[in-house]
Amino acid sequence: MDQNKDKNRTISVLLVDDEKGYLNVLSNRLSKRSIHATKAFSGTQGIQILRKHDFDVVVLDLKMEDMDGIEVLKIMKKMVPDLPVIILTGHGSQTAAREGMAQGAFDYLSKPCELQELMDKIRDAHKNREPL
Amino acid sequence: MEHVPEDRHIFYQVLTRKITMLIVIVSFFPMLLTTGILFSRFNGAYADKVRAHISELVQKHTQNIDTFLAEKTGNIRFMAQNFNPRQQSAEAFLKQNLALLKKEYGDVFTDVGLVDDKGIQFAYEGPFNLKNADYSSAQWFLMAQDQSVYISDVFAGLRGHPHFIIAVHLQGQDSHYILRSTINFGAFNSLVENIHLGKTGMAFIVNARGSLQTQTHVDLLPEVIQSVPKPKDFNDKATVFIKKEDNTGREYVCVAAMFKNIDWMMVFHQDLDDAFRDLQSTKWLTLSIFTLGCIAIVFVAFALPRNIVHLLSSADKKSEVMNRQVVESGKLATIGELAAGIAHEINNPVAIMVEEAGWIEDLLEEEDLKQCENLDEFTRALRQINTQGRRCKEITHKLLSFARKTDSTINDVQVNDSIREIVSLTGQMARYNNVIIETRLNEGIPYIRISPSELQQVILNLINNAIDAMEKTGGTISIETKISHIENKHLVIVIQDNGPGIPRDNLARIFDPFFTTKPVGKGTGLGLSICYGIIEKMNGKIDVQSEVGAGTKFRIWIPFQEIEEQTT
Repeated sequence: MDQNKDKNRTISVLLVDDEKGYLNVLSNRLSKRSIHATKAFSGTQGIQILRKHDFDVVVLDLKMEDMDGIEVLKIMKKMVPDLPVIILTGHGSQTAAREGMAQGAFDYLSKPCELQELMDKIRDAHKNREPL
Repeated sequence: MEHVPEDRHIFYQVLTRKITMLIVIVSFFPMLLTTGILFSRFNGAYADKVRAHISELVQKHTQNIDTFLAEKTGNIRFMAQNFNPRQQSAEAFLKQNLALLKKEYGDVFTDVGLVDDKGIQFAYEGPFNLKNADYSSAQWFLMAQDQSVYISDVFAGLRGHPHFIIAVHLQGQDSHYILRSTINFGAFNSLVENIHLGKTGMAFIVNARGSLQTQTHVDLLPEVIQSVPKPKDFNDKATVFIKKEDNTGREYVCVAAMFKNIDWMMVFHQDLDDAFRDLQSTKWLTLSIFTLGCIAIVFVAFALPRNIVHLLSSADKKSEVMNRQVVESGKLATIGELAAGIAHEINNPVAIMVEEAGWIEDLLEEEDLKQCENLDEFTRALRQINTQGRRCKEITHKLLSFARKTDSTINDVQVNDSIREIVSLTGQMARYNNVIIETRLNEGIPYIRISPSELQQVILNLINNAIDAMEKTGGTISIETKISHIENKHLVIVIQDNGPGIPRDNLARIFDPFFTTKPVGKGTGLGLSICYGIIEKMNGKIDVQSEVGAGTKFRIWIPFQEIEEQTT
């Protein structure tokens, strides 16, 4: 089926999080599931990578040492307005989540989350972006 | 009973007493002083005025009578000078002159007579048959011998009723006579008798020996007549004023004045109360006003401080409750921040642990581990890590949600969700105390606009109280939500337990600040009063029903307006 085909296509994802341990294991697991993950260990790094490469989806942490996730989100949205960004954060503040959504984030997930749930969201985001 | 600390209670008592004292001192003593001074001044001035008035009256009448006597004496002297026995017989002279006098003065002169030096009245004109009457031994005759003019005291004499005589000495060529005239006592008496003042004020005349010379319309006590001033008391003064008490205890005043033409004395007599009647009524009026003033001051001095201190104490209580509320919510906010920090710090490592376990699972799938004896155990352990990781996540999410709710910002709240959250938070403690929490939540309840954290604070407090009450016995707490349509739309939350209940005495004071039945150090007595304040702020209502042995039921009404249909 078309949908299955779509599901199996490699999606390129940029993961931005300053938790190196988390990013490593997450990218490994995603890659194993046909999602090509690129890691950025800080907000600045994430923006730099995005300048050079195209991604289908960005997964972004909100609380990073160098930059606030919301700021990163704003910059990324300026660079690629239709880029879907999924917020994945350990900071459970709904205010921050709401602000993220207001700034154009695609969805919101809190850590720790089920891998399947994250993958579903990534796929949704990607599907949403692709013109039908 | 006051629910204030003992030292505060004493402070209020001292404050009440101080204000009372101050009011009494500041208003009572000046009033006392003013009234006293004014009254004593008025008293003095009024007494002086009364004395002056009576003295003037007495002097005026004394002068009148003096003038009367001088005139009548002058009449007789003039008559005497005109007598010439050679030209006219004595009888004819007397008849003619008496007729003239009567014509001029009416009935003042009763009769006239001529008495020779032996005391025989040889000529007489008048209504009595007194010709040849012998006056040789009469006192007036003896007194008149040495004086050119003599006015006798009042006496009965030969005719048997009171009268007095004016006698003028006449020196003839070969002998001397006395021309005497009797003055009509009634005419004279009326001059004195008509002096009236007040109810008891009257005048009379006494002679030098203190015998009464006029008639009075009341009987005077002899001691009153005895006590009139003596001529020596005058010391060149026109009048003498004395104040005395008769033997019946009645006080009276006497004002006396001497006559010029005769050693008689005009005396005015009046009861003291009567003379100073106006002063007396003023005294009573002043006293009444003063007494009323005192009562008013005493009333104000006692009532006002009580009211003020009562207001002060309730204001103090309110501010204390507010302070505690601020402290409590500050505490909660701090705990909230701490919880948020911890949750975030834990979430990241837990996420890594869970993902790493997942990664091992992924890798295990790739390996050929059919020979591996412990494969099942590996799988179980990895699943366990996953499960526990999820449990950690639940805990941290609860902490975070608690942290979110500690502000009083108003939001659209689904009350049922708030209640569920609280129930899940308190579930552990309830289980520990053998308490089961049941919920019957009406799913039709809309979002309402309130502060979620404050609502949770109220519900948490009520649940905690119920758990505390059933600590020993265990029991059931049931939480119900529904919608009431009475008056306006209200959300109703009923929290009911089947614990020991609240005694009737305590029930009335349950929302009072600082009222607690918990042991010292365990309860502040503020929980329910804060709840009350919160619900009141929401324009809601909270009440309590309780029966000892059966349980306690709290009901909360929160008004809402169904304006927005929005859901998330």
